[in-house]
Amino acid sequence: MTDIRATIGSTIGREESQPEAGFGDYFQLLKPRVMSLVVFTALAGLLVAPVSLHPVEAFASIVFIALGAGASGALNMWWDADIDRVMRRTARRPVPAGLVAPGEALGLGLGLSLISVLMLGLAANWLAAGLLAFTIFFYAVIYSMWLKRLTPQNIVIGGAAGAFPPMIGWVVATGHVGIEAVLMFALIFMWTPPHFWALALFMKDDYGKAGVPMLTVTHGRRVTRAQILAYTLALVPVALWVGFTSIGGPLYLGAALVLNAIFVWGAIGLWRRGEEAAELDAYRAEKRFFRFSLLYLFAHFAALLAEATPWAAILRAQFTLWGTA
Amino acid sequence: MSIAREHEIHRRRFGRNLGVALTLAAFIALVFALTIAKVSGGGMIEAYDHTYRPALDPAVNPGAGGQP
Repeated sequence: MTDIRATIGSTIGREESQPEAGFGDYFQLLKPRVMSLVVFTALAGLLVAPVSLHPVEAFASIVFIALGAGASGALNMWWDADIDRVMRRTARRPVPAGLVAPGEALGLGLGLSLISVLMLGLAANWLAAGLLAFTIFFYAVIYSMWLKRLTPQNIVIGGAAGAFPPMIGWVVATGHVGIEAVLMFALIFMWTPPHFWALALFMKDDYGKAGVPMLTVTHGRRVTRAQILAYTLALVPVALWVGFTSIGGPLYLGAALVLNAIFVWGAIGLWRRGEEAAELDAYRAEKRFFRFSLLYLFAHFAALLAEATPWAAILRAQFTLWGTA
Repeated sequence: MSIAREHEIHRRRFGRNLGVALTLAAFIALVFALTIAKVSGGGMIEAYDHTYRPALDPAVNPGAGGQP
């Protein structure tokens, strides 16, 4: 009995100096906020597809896509623990905080990758599973291990990883990649640089301290502001083009016109703004642009979902442009 | 220190074990539901005996009807 007490006592003593991870800490490894965006865009890609799927198969597919996204998040946290420790925004993540051992994060990431890809293949089809496997590989290896520390174009190319979910959702339903899936991919791909560079503008010390070659660090903030405007302008035709495909319609096009006008206006505002003015109001415009970018993406996919409803089909039939589609 | 004393570490481990158990239970339920959905193909599942087969009906096929 004494031995047992001694063991428990020493374990507790050790744990008091180094806290033990709870279930929530392991869940944090999966980047739940990123997962929620993945779930939403993948679900949108699945629901706007012109093929209906058994609800259980659709639900299971979304769960496994989300699990795959979570797996890549865990792999990213395992690899990036050293720079996460330096950055204020990421220092409290489970691995740099010492709650979860790096090996555990790696094991969880690899295990969930395998399960999610296999299960998506069985639940939906192997093209969707292959795309999910490629997405995990792209985010964990191409972006996290290679591009992130190498080039200021890291998030431009790495943005592809976040752009795949609606395409996977579409492939789950249809079994093939169509122009609509490519355009949904392009929408997120082109949206990623202005979104992250706006974040980099007001998280200015973090990336520099960690030695991550963000555009703000390598080319300066003036260039970053110009690049935000350039990518925002390039995003507009992509966002509008979606409106003229079989998944678009007057509702989407109307929403896209308003959202893109506001987004371009915001980007012009950032481009015209100097650092002195930004520092004076604690980067208010940059933070506002970043927050709006989240709404921008959400609203585009919400408009696509609205177009998939029967009421929108009645409205679409009134226009010759979509009525014959 | 009493062996029955509840410590933060016990609460945390219980939470972790409960989380793993619930996750596994949810995974099993999902795979089961998926299996039913795949096998039924959207329709009701019926065993062999519940399906009418004219070849086995003595009224249609006089040669049938004997004990298998």
